[in-house]
Amino acid sequence: MKAYLADSVFFGAVISLAAYEAGLLIRRRFKLAVLNPLLIATVCVMAVLTLFKVEYRHYNEGARYISYLLTPATVCLAVPLYQQLMLLRKNLKAVAGGITAGVLASLASVFVLAKLFSLTHEQYVTLLPKSITTAIGMGVSEELGGISTITVAVIIVTGILGNVIAESVFKIFRIEEPIAKGLALGTASHAIGTAKAMELGEVEGAMSSLAIAVAGLMTVVGASLFANLM
Amino acid sequence: MKYLKQFCIILLISFLGELLHILIPLPIPASVYGLVLMLTALCTGILKLTQVRETADFLIEIMPVMFIPAAVGLLESWSALQPIWLPVIVVTVLTTIIVMAATGRVTQYMIHRSHRQKMKGADTP
Repeated sequence: MKAYLADSVFFGAVISLAAYEAGLLIRRRFKLAVLNPLLIATVCVMAVLTLFKVEYRHYNEGARYISYLLTPATVCLAVPLYQQLMLLRKNLKAVAGGITAGVLASLASVFVLAKLFSLTHEQYVTLLPKSITTAIGMGVSEELGGISTITVAVIIVTGILGNVIAESVFKIFRIEEPIAKGLALGTASHAIGTAKAMELGEVEGAMSSLAIAVAGLMTVVGASLFANLM
Repeated sequence: MKYLKQFCIILLISFLGELLHILIPLPIPASVYGLVLMLTALCTGILKLTQVRETADFLIEIMPVMFIPAAVGLLESWSALQPIWLPVIVVTVLTTIIVMAATGRVTQYMIHRSHRQKMKGADTP
């Protein structure tokens, strides 16, 4: 059984899709924000791999064909953005102001917390790019001398967390404007947050897509400045 | 054949993004170059919305699934995370909430302010 699973190129893909389908079913049944399909799917797959003692690299043999679609899918985020271009033009100042505030808040809060926990410089720069999309964040972390594997892990946790808590955060802080919700999701938790924004609505999705790119690029510059502070 | 053509265009733009990523020595991924290229192509009319729309909608809809392999990969990073897991968790949770609230509140405040200014402008001709 184990040898068969290790050799299969379809096992990883099938189990990922099936776990997500199960996640959707569970959410429809219970309607709780914590029961996020992505979170459920991840936990299910982890459980199956641990149970059957399948190594990650064997699982990824099939699963990587799903990851392969991530770049084309991100490219496609330009489509909803294009459809909301008028709205973007009309609110350009607010959009620019919001994303800038988010990026600064991210870098400053990591800095303050790193001081508080007296983290080393290496650990600090590892966490600096935590809110931006994996591919940019990994590059920034490496460039500044961080540990990129931890950066990737933290970026993914940030994404899933943002995806799960977004609606509660919006309620607590009384964020009601669709543009504000979209930008908040994209700036705080990149593409995984954008998946949530797409569920909330077209405007939210488009603004979140925009925030991935803009916040990512701002962080490239901002993180290199903040890295010198500690 | 519509879907094949649309997928081909999307992959072509991804490929061009990859090319830029290799040629330009900046930590910007192929996907972000591709996103900008796609937006430019749509804005300039080189590409029409109908030439990519359905496939783009489909790919965006199934996007959450594409994060599962990376998220499951957290199993592998556990050994690296273990020594500093507590500060990492605290930083992750707090900053995610802070960034989300800051971005949302500032954007909302600026939208409302510009609305008020427009209202005032309408009152005093």
